[in-house]
Amino acid sequence: MNYKTTRADGGVANAAAVNPPEMREVYARELSRMAEEDERIVVLDADLMRANGTATFRERFPERHIDVGVAEANMIGVAAGLSTLGLIPFPGTFTCFAARRAFDQFFISANYARQNVKLTGTDPGVAAAYNGGTHMSFEDIGLMRTIPRIVICEPSDPVSLAALLPQIAYRRGSSYLRLHRKPIAPLYAQSEDFEIGKGKVISEGNDLTIIGTGAIMVAEAIRAAELLAGYGVSTRVIDMHTIKPIDEQLVIDAARRTGAILTAENHQASTGLGSAVAEVLTEHFPVLQTRVGVQEEFGEVGTQEYLQKRFGLTADNIVERAHQLLARKAARVL
Amino acid sequence: MTTSEATALKRKAIEIRKLTVDQIAHLGVGHIGGSLSVVEILVLLYYRHLNVDPQNPRMPERDKLVMSKGHAGPALYSVLADRGFFSTGMLHTLNQGGTNLPSHCDMNRTPGIDMTTGSLGQGLSAAVGIAIGHRLQHLPGRVFALIGDGDTNEGQTWEAAMSASMYGLGNLVVFTDYNKMQIDGPIESVMKTDNLNDRWTSFGWFAQRVDGHDIVALSEALERALAEASRPSMIIADTVKGKDMPQIENDYKNHNMPLTAEDRERAFAHFAMLEEALR
Ligand SMILES: Cc1ncc(C[n+]2csc(CCOP(=O)(O)OP(=O)(O)O)c2C)c(N)n1
Ligand SMILES: [Mg+2]
Repeated sequence: MNYKTTRADGGVANAAAVNPPEMREVYARELSRMAEEDERIVVLDADLMRANGTATFRERFPERHIDVGVAEANMIGVAAGLSTLGLIPFPGTFTCFAARRAFDQFFISANYARQNVKLTGTDPGVAAAYNGGTHMSFEDIGLMRTIPRIVICEPSDPVSLAALLPQIAYRRGSSYLRLHRKPIAPLYAQSEDFEIGKGKVISEGNDLTIIGTGAIMVAEAIRAAELLAGYGVSTRVIDMHTIKPIDEQLVIDAARRTGAILTAENHQASTGLGSAVAEVLTEHFPVLQTRVGVQEEFGEVGTQEYLQKRFGLTADNIVERAHQLLARKAARVL
Repeated sequence: MTTSEATALKRKAIEIRKLTVDQIAHLGVGHIGGSLSVVEILVLLYYRHLNVDPQNPRMPERDKLVMSKGHAGPALYSVLADRGFFSTGMLHTLNQGGTNLPSHCDMNRTPGIDMTTGSLGQGLSAAVGIAIGHRLQHLPGRVFALIGDGDTNEGQTWEAAMSASMYGLGNLVVFTDYNKMQIDGPIESVMKTDNLNDRWTSFGWFAQRVDGHDIVALSEALERALAEASRPSMIIADTVKGKDMPQIENDYKNHNMPLTAEDRERAFAHFAMLEEALR
């Protein structure tokens, strides 16, 4: 784990932290690397290959890249057709269109038909920034979680993204990758192992556990834990890069050890990570939980920074909610 | 249209381009290309045809416009501000936190916007619903829509096209901003959208094709469309993405791009030249 040297403000040791890679570049590079060795890998776009970084894949493998134009439903259907022949299609668009626009096609042609469609959505939640409310997905994890047996991943950094991508490709069944496409400094050392369905403990602590997902909220969770340390609060931080299947053992273990859980996601506070964690807690080890996320609101336009504040997706808000949670925990114990 | 009327509208188009470039350059980035390509269509509608009242933007008997290519909001905002729906000063709030002028059109935030758009392919269906509703409620207003050629890739656009002809929507006039560009490149290399005239005609529409930057030709086509009583009308407007900013014209990369103060100055120098030529 090298998050302290790469993420903290001072003493940046890692060159990648100074000039962090774009997640979309890592995504396209890894797809190309896999495609080099495996002819079954095909990439599809819906007029957003430049936004999503897959234009480089098209240059390298023109025959194995399909741009269907602005037609997301068609893209998913075409991907499902390719999958019936044993190909491994990776269709991609913004999260809003991946989840909302083509949900039935993804549900039926990809999942119900038991195909291997590896859907990628980019610019999750507030990352849509200037594209505004129509493009701001606060519900995509929720929608996807309703699909039986699907895999849902939201990697927090380039290292975990690169490690999870081949597993997504070769695990049988359809999946949804929620991808931040902008530059993100590596959180993990290259040697770190990742496994679909196994969350990562980033730091140990006793008073509460923050479970975050995705590039924005895992970073905010780490910062919040640092701030909480200033108040003498010892915080365990978990990067839950796989939302489905959720790492039940890790959630139960966190509940047992710290007795209070705060989930943090760039998504509605309901239906996503927080709900998945709550389901595990209520069935196996009920402890108090607080869900940091968007509270029943639609997205709107602004800078990402503005929107994070607007919707409470900040380390400061996590800290405030953590204090409230700890007070409730103390009151309950007494 | 008289020559002096045409000249006045051409002047207005330059003013609208100025407001649009200034608006986006003030923020520093935005959907400039597809905003500049629709200017003449909007000017013709808002300064000659649409029955709208800036003091009473929700007047029930008004004509309505659905901007299906919602990312052209900045061009429409320039027109609405200039017509007095809100102050031109508000244009500098584009996309800033808490603004009433988001990058994509929003009927709940901006006076004069008739439908919320931004998810492509949805606009024409809404226009069809409004046109059918006008008929049900005996409203006199006509319904206009503006769609993009990329927007036309969406299957829903064609579902709406079928409904419009099935229901004989003579009160619906739609423009295609045929700039032949989408985000990933020229439509020719991404998703061919050719023979548009034949496509719309075969769907039962009255289709015409005109130069989308020629106010007089556009106006004549619109008059013919408005004379259609029982068919929806499509006006395929040949346009240039990034029109009248020579440094970016016809480059697909102008879809959503940074604009600096220097870009603005260059554009304004060109606009001054165009204004001079109209004297
Ligand atoms: C459903 C949907 N998919 C994708 C996008 C992203 N997007 C915004 S504009 C655009 C290209 C639109 O091309 P066109 O309609 O020709 O617009 P214009 O060239 O006039 O700017 C795309 C793909 C979107 N807004 N909505
Ligand atoms: Mg176009």
